[in-house]
Amino acid sequence: MTAPPPPGAAPVLEVRDLVFEFRTRRGVLRALDHVSFDIAKGEVLGVVGESGAGKSLTGAAIIGLIEPPGRIAGGEIRLEGARIDNLAPDAMRRIRGRRIGMIFQDPLTSLNPLFRVGDQLVETIQIHLGLDDAAARARAIALLAEVGIPAPERRIDGYPHEFSGGMRQRVVIALALAAEPDLIIADEPTTALDVSVQAQIITLLKRLCRERGTSVMLITHDMGVIAEIADRVAVMYAGRIVEIGPVGAVIRAPRHPYAAGLMGAIPSLEGGRARLLQIPGAMPRLDRIPSGCAFRPRCGQAFAPCSERVPPLMAAGSGLAACWLLDADMTAEAAR
Amino acid sequence: MRSHEPETAPPENVSPAPEPRLPALARAWDSDLAHAFRSSPVAMLSALIALTMIGAAVLAPLIAPQNPFNPAELNLMEGMTRPGQANEFTGRSFLFGSDPQGRDMLSAVLYGARVSLLVGAASVAFSAVFGVVLGLMAGYLGGRVEAIIMRIADIQLSFPAILIALLIFGVARGVIPPAQQEDATLILLILAIGLSNWAQYARTVRGSTLIEKGKEYVQAARVIRRPAFVIMLRHILPNVMGPVTVIATINLALAIIEEATLSFLGVGMPPTQPSLGTLIRVGQQFLFSGEWWILFFPALMLVLLALAINLIGDWLRDALNPRLK
Amino acid sequence: MSGILVTIDALERRFDVSKPWLERVLAGERRLSLKAVDGVSFAIRRGETFALVGESGSGKSTIAKMIVGLLPPSAGRVTYAGRAPGEAPAAGGVQMIFQDPYASLNPRWRVGDIIAEPMTAIGRPADRAARRARVAELLALVGLSPRDAEKYPHQFSGGQRQRIAIARALSSEPDFIICDEPTSALDVSVQAQILNLMRDLQDRLGLTYLLISHNLAVVRHMAHQIGVLYLGRLVEVQETERLFTAPRHPYTRLLIDAVPDLAEIGRDREPLQGEVPSPIDPPPGCTFHPRCPLVVPRCRSEAPLLRDGVACHVAQSAAPT
Repeated sequence: MTAPPPPGAAPVLEVRDLVFEFRTRRGVLRALDHVSFDIAKGEVLGVVGESGAGKSLTGAAIIGLIEPPGRIAGGEIRLEGARIDNLAPDAMRRIRGRRIGMIFQDPLTSLNPLFRVGDQLVETIQIHLGLDDAAARARAIALLAEVGIPAPERRIDGYPHEFSGGMRQRVVIALALAAEPDLIIADEPTTALDVSVQAQIITLLKRLCRERGTSVMLITHDMGVIAEIADRVAVMYAGRIVEIGPVGAVIRAPRHPYAAGLMGAIPSLEGGRARLLQIPGAMPRLDRIPSGCAFRPRCGQAFAPCSERVPPLMAAGSGLAACWLLDADMTAEAAR
Repeated sequence: MRSHEPETAPPENVSPAPEPRLPALARAWDSDLAHAFRSSPVAMLSALIALTMIGAAVLAPLIAPQNPFNPAELNLMEGMTRPGQANEFTGRSFLFGSDPQGRDMLSAVLYGARVSLLVGAASVAFSAVFGVVLGLMAGYLGGRVEAIIMRIADIQLSFPAILIALLIFGVARGVIPPAQQEDATLILLILAIGLSNWAQYARTVRGSTLIEKGKEYVQAARVIRRPAFVIMLRHILPNVMGPVTVIATINLALAIIEEATLSFLGVGMPPTQPSLGTLIRVGQQFLFSGEWWILFFPALMLVLLALAINLIGDWLRDALNPRLK
Repeated sequence: MSGILVTIDALERRFDVSKPWLERVLAGERRLSLKAVDGVSFAIRRGETFALVGESGSGKSTIAKMIVGLLPPSAGRVTYAGRAPGEAPAAGGVQMIFQDPYASLNPRWRVGDIIAEPMTAIGRPADRAARRARVAELLALVGLSPRDAEKYPHQFSGGQRQRIAIARALSSEPDFIICDEPTSALDVSVQAQILNLMRDLQDRLGLTYLLISHNLAVVRHMAHQIGVLYLGRLVEVQETERLFTAPRHPYTRLLIDAVPDLAEIGRDREPLQGEVPSPIDPPPGCTFHPRCPLVVPRCRSEAPLLRDGVACHVAQSAAPT
């Protein structure tokens, strides 16, 4: 599954040069700057980055959950080849839930506390699959059983507050899968959970999506979660993708200095009380993104071109990275 | 735990802190509150009206055409002059007309507004201090202190403020010897109106204090064993002042009306030192004989003043509430 | 300077979670209490880091609050070296670093005043100029500029705020600092900076830390000794290296196994099922028995005591290593 998508097969999701801006009274802030990536059928793409890097915003822009003053200022988003970034709110609402499922950090974002969990599941199944009451209910019970809810024929009539945090997230996964979507966008699905429950949810999500061939865009700050479930990973920094490639390559041999720093900063269960690698400074605020490469002020290997032009994504090993160090012409010129 | 919002609210790191150190005035001008103010025509108009009226009232001795309470400046011949018309005996004209004693109504209104504002501001200050202190104690100390303070507040809030003020005022009048009553009226009125309004501050401050008390900066102060009063006054108080400012502004309008009501009922300021309420009470006796201006101008002043201050308070509440943005 | 600095002895804390009196009486219900911490004992060695790990409901933060004096224990006591059992340490001798750097600094205070407050509290140094000089020194020590004393907390990033909180904790010259999830609100690259800073300060100033965390990898990097908590009870206490190489309690093994690790890309596994039960109604006997793969009949009735660093009937009856 870690192989790149087969040539010719159209990706489920294509994002091209996505630009997202906030208009504030102090000027326009660019939160996403020419973000491009694909997700192939059945592929799990992990998106990592620190808070404010734009990873959640990318997910929100794809499913059209955008509120002013934010707006998509450029680029295209295509689902199975058809543009969805310019759809009317109504058409977008039909795509959300039906063709793109959503899982958020807080299960209560998706579960209405006033409805029984079954009501929401049955409703989603009826709207999207057109089954009658009895069939939809049977399908809902089967789904709950599949996500590991014990005694689903009884729990289907429970309210969200009667479920534990882990069980609620299982219900949300059932809800996201109910309409058999092409793509699931999961935004920090395990961040609010305890470690032992997190492991259960990751395993569950991975198994279900593999069985159904559902593509997943997994947004998280936790590289460990990505390592376990994703096929490819995109590392974001200050609104741009700085590296994208197969999980193994990015983790073991990151090409972008930020990705390398990030991997070294993660404490591991291996090794003893060693000092951690640290990147100096912090990610810039949106209103103070430096010219050229946004990582330049924190980068130990920055050289002349870094302050002049934004590095594009270029081939690096089995993936792509946005760093002038990978450009032979630039480094040769700087060496002279 | 981290919270990653799924919505597209601007990330936390977009609101920039000004890097160069601006002078305080420039910083205030550039603040979010100042910006919200400049983009709200209602707030600006209300502030203009309120400030003009407050300025005129405060400066009344300097700008009023006469001192309406100095009998030497009054001329009975000029009594009952209609607004804007020349007096038939002396040829003097009065913008707002004059009363039966020949008192210039414009001057009377300015001086009256002065008394009204004084009572309003002083009683708001009194009730705010009283209510904030009790609210802080109830919220921070909890237990029995909280139970007693909040039950008294509950009881008081179940009666109209005007009734409480009447009661306090009445009891005080009964205690003070009649000879000193006239002089003491102003103070009594401030205390009565102040005491009738503290509960609202106490309730709000108690709620905010409970929230702040759970925050880690308060725990950090408790770890180094700072005394409770230091934590309440230096740590929590500055963080609960936002809602207090809103209530105080809206209450200023209410206190002015409350004072006017008391004075209108005849239990407030005496005619020798009239507030807007006293002027209205006096004026309404002439309404049916056609001398409308004696009532109209004090009433107009009262309405405009209360309305303008109230609108500012409303705007302030919205501007300080991040959820409404 | 070695030896035991803090001894925690049979610490217990119950919380009353019953409904308000009138409601309870009308419904005919009994008082409900929750045992958040149940007979926890351990000792912290001077100059070292002792870490408490556990999931939600383990009582780790409650223990921290009792040690620092924010919460009185229902039973048991905390003893500091050189003090009578149960006696509080000198003011400022114990400090705390909190989880949320956005809530732990008073937004209305200047950074300089925030850092100086513990000095004001203990009255040392006595004069303002000396305090100001010390604030500048502390800011430099944690990697900020002395000029930052004039600014307000909102002008700093999360990591910088945590540095300010560390400077505040150091300003009363404590021996012992309790760090309650100090990096769980921070991003990884910033987390590395803060953890390294804490380590450097420990080496330079001989500090003793109690580190509260849910993150095993963080704990592994910081701690000399680790205590594993489950539902208010200590299930295993061990030197860090041994805990990770030879965990004895099945819950410790589950925790270590559940951490997603960069070294194991794309691994498939069968995680242990079940979740932490509610502390209001904990299972009888060993509270871990409903999830335990090694459960024997005795576990269902009899709670194991902590012996030789582990509280588990099965591990204890196995041949001692």
